[in-house]
Amino acid sequence: MAVAEFDTPELKEYPVIPHLQKDVMAHSRPFEAKAELQEKLGFPGGLIDNWQQVAIEKMGELNKKYRSLQVYLDSCVKCGACTDKCHYYLGTSDPKNMPVARQDLYRKIYRRYFTISGKLFPKLVGAEDLTEEVLEDWYSYFHQCSQCRRCSVYCPYGIDTAEISMAAREVMDTVGKGQKYCNEIIGKAQTIGNNLGLPEPALVNTLEGLEEDVEEETGVKVRFPVDEKGAEVLLITPSADFFAEPHIDGLIGYAKVFHQAKISWTLSSFASEAANFGMFIGSYENMQKLALRIRQAAIDLGVKRIVFGECGHAWRVAYSFLNTLAGPFDFLDQNYPIPQHICEVTHGLIEEGKLTLDPSRNDDMVVTYHDSCNVARASRMGDKPGGQFEIPREIIKAVCNHYVDMPSHSIKEGTYCCGGGGGLLTDDLIELRVKGALPRMEALKSVVDEYGVTHMAAICAICKSQFSKVFPYYNFSMDQIISLHQLVSNAIVLQPEGNSSEGSDDESQVEAA
Amino acid sequence: MSALTITFAILFYLATACLVGFTARKIWIYAKTPAPLKIPITPAPTTRRGVAFRMLKELTIFESLFKSNKWTWLFGWLFHFGLLLVLLRHLRYFTDPVWAWVVFIQPFGKYATFMLLAGLAGLWGRRLLVDRVRYISAPSDHLMLLLLIAIGATGALMTFVKHTDIVALKSFFIGLMTFSWSAMPNDLILIVHLSLVILLMLIFPFSKLLHAPGIFFSPTLNQVDNPRERRHVAADWTTKIESSMKSTRAS
Repeated sequence: MAVAEFDTPELKEYPVIPHLQKDVMAHSRPFEAKAELQEKLGFPGGLIDNWQQVAIEKMGELNKKYRSLQVYLDSCVKCGACTDKCHYYLGTSDPKNMPVARQDLYRKIYRRYFTISGKLFPKLVGAEDLTEEVLEDWYSYFHQCSQCRRCSVYCPYGIDTAEISMAAREVMDTVGKGQKYCNEIIGKAQTIGNNLGLPEPALVNTLEGLEEDVEEETGVKVRFPVDEKGAEVLLITPSADFFAEPHIDGLIGYAKVFHQAKISWTLSSFASEAANFGMFIGSYENMQKLALRIRQAAIDLGVKRIVFGECGHAWRVAYSFLNTLAGPFDFLDQNYPIPQHICEVTHGLIEEGKLTLDPSRNDDMVVTYHDSCNVARASRMGDKPGGQFEIPREIIKAVCNHYVDMPSHSIKEGTYCCGGGGGLLTDDLIELRVKGALPRMEALKSVVDEYGVTHMAAICAICKSQFSKVFPYYNFSMDQIISLHQLVSNAIVLQPEGNSSEGSDDESQVEAA
Repeated sequence: MSALTITFAILFYLATACLVGFTARKIWIYAKTPAPLKIPITPAPTTRRGVAFRMLKELTIFESLFKSNKWTWLFGWLFHFGLLLVLLRHLRYFTDPVWAWVVFIQPFGKYATFMLLAGLAGLWGRRLLVDRVRYISAPSDHLMLLLLIAIGATGALMTFVKHTDIVALKSFFIGLMTFSWSAMPNDLILIVHLSLVILLMLIFPFSKLLHAPGIFFSPTLNQVDNPRERRHVAADWTTKIESSMKSTRAS
């Protein structure tokens, strides 16, 4: 396929709200899923003949299934509060990327077929028939929403565009118009156990290699166990952590943390994936199938705790949904949160003084932190609201001497999506990804210029892949994006094998070092 | 009994029935539609009390809107609180004797009309002038503002310029409420004002004005952030899927 030429947006000193440029992103659309991929997930192989009728029936069904959808379709007053909040709008200027306009692509059909005003006076209330053109618009623009929920923070009714784009994608899947990237991945995760389709022998092989690398570098045998029955912790991490840069450095960090804290842990080859793409396509059934694999793995391996690695949407599904989808987890140790985030584990160990850390090992970096959208606005860490902001920052400050926050509008609950979330991290959407990264790139540039920031840490596999890809478009280098646990990995001081020293000795060694 | 009185009496009964009946039906639908998953916008309160406080802030100071856009917030707040005061002041036409606190707010309620109108003018100005807001506006969005402005303006005319026979009007409304009708004053401004109010009551349950009951049912705002501590199971349809999945796995 010929990828359209496009210009990388210019980074401005201050964020500027662009004027509308109609339909400039209408051409942006991901590859469609082939019949084989669709059917695997229980969807029709291609667009069915009576698709209009089926789509409308599905919309009616979803209205009855999700209160959010029903309330949000009725409640929007078109106040415009969300219109300048979406990174895809800010990066592309296409009005259909304004959250309310994106919702309206769905809402106008809802009004036409499900409301009295839309049935009687369609023109007056902006209701429209479900035509092929509308379906094409849906396919294009509901794949320009990363379900990051930033718009929802600013909506006076909390209307969440993610809920509507999930519904739209589910309707499209139901009539046979699915997206290749998401549906292929869901298929792999449901059969092989991870999004990459990495089979068990390859996984074991990769981890053995990793063990050797770490031993070579540190002189310490840090283990990367798979399918070890009776381990205390089952680690569920995005499969990108097994091979991609900078993800893998994060995985090494988790392993070193477990090693030093003497917590036995294991990965599972059956559930070797944290990311749950079932959420992206709004499919409760598919999301639940993936969640149940994790439950099964935890039972089979007889673990006491489930810990999730660095992954944004995965943490949303884990933190907010896992208990509903696959609980109750009464067979796990109730003294720990179920599930627990790796940052909660590391943060707790730092507070207890169980990790030996030398932050000066990160002195070559000035670090900033990118709050991943779904960690920030769809989950929590720790026991207080906002722990998802504080815990990662406290870890970074414990392992790194130079830390700076990006401008306040671009962090914490106002954080911008990386531009690749929600099932859009695919090369057929590269223009969208580059443009959608604009607000984050501007925020990053401002701290690079002002404070000499050299690296940006993240705790999401999608963020890390996305930034490695789009950084070069904005004249950053791809290695400026790092895993949070990569910083931990650098700073952690491991004891050589056979040295039986404990706590206090560790400290004296650091001082000596 | 004049044709005018009979017409308006019937219209008010119909409009009230429509407003109450269809809004109640919508509320019933919202209430019985399940929220299968925990989706509060975080950071979110971890207790019910915290959620009540969050909702209270959204309802009274429009906290999220304040974060978003100060102009929209200002105009929106002026309109809604002007409207609230004006509506409370109008209670004097439906109660006899008039409650003391309604007497007290009378002067504030009178001038709140200007708050209401200023807010509406500002909101319409944004709708016309800001390209993003203009783009998302359907004809009904403009007409809704026009309708509210016309109601406010005719009301203000009667309050400040050309009084209507308010004693007769009050006995008309009390008569409607006690089913012992009395004549409605034949006054053009009043007829326009009341006709538009009836129109607004009829439109309410079929329009975006449903945001008023809707906000109370918004899961992103009204859910407690405690999915790990308490298993959230809220929908029959999810438990059905679950049992079918578990049985397939067992086989």
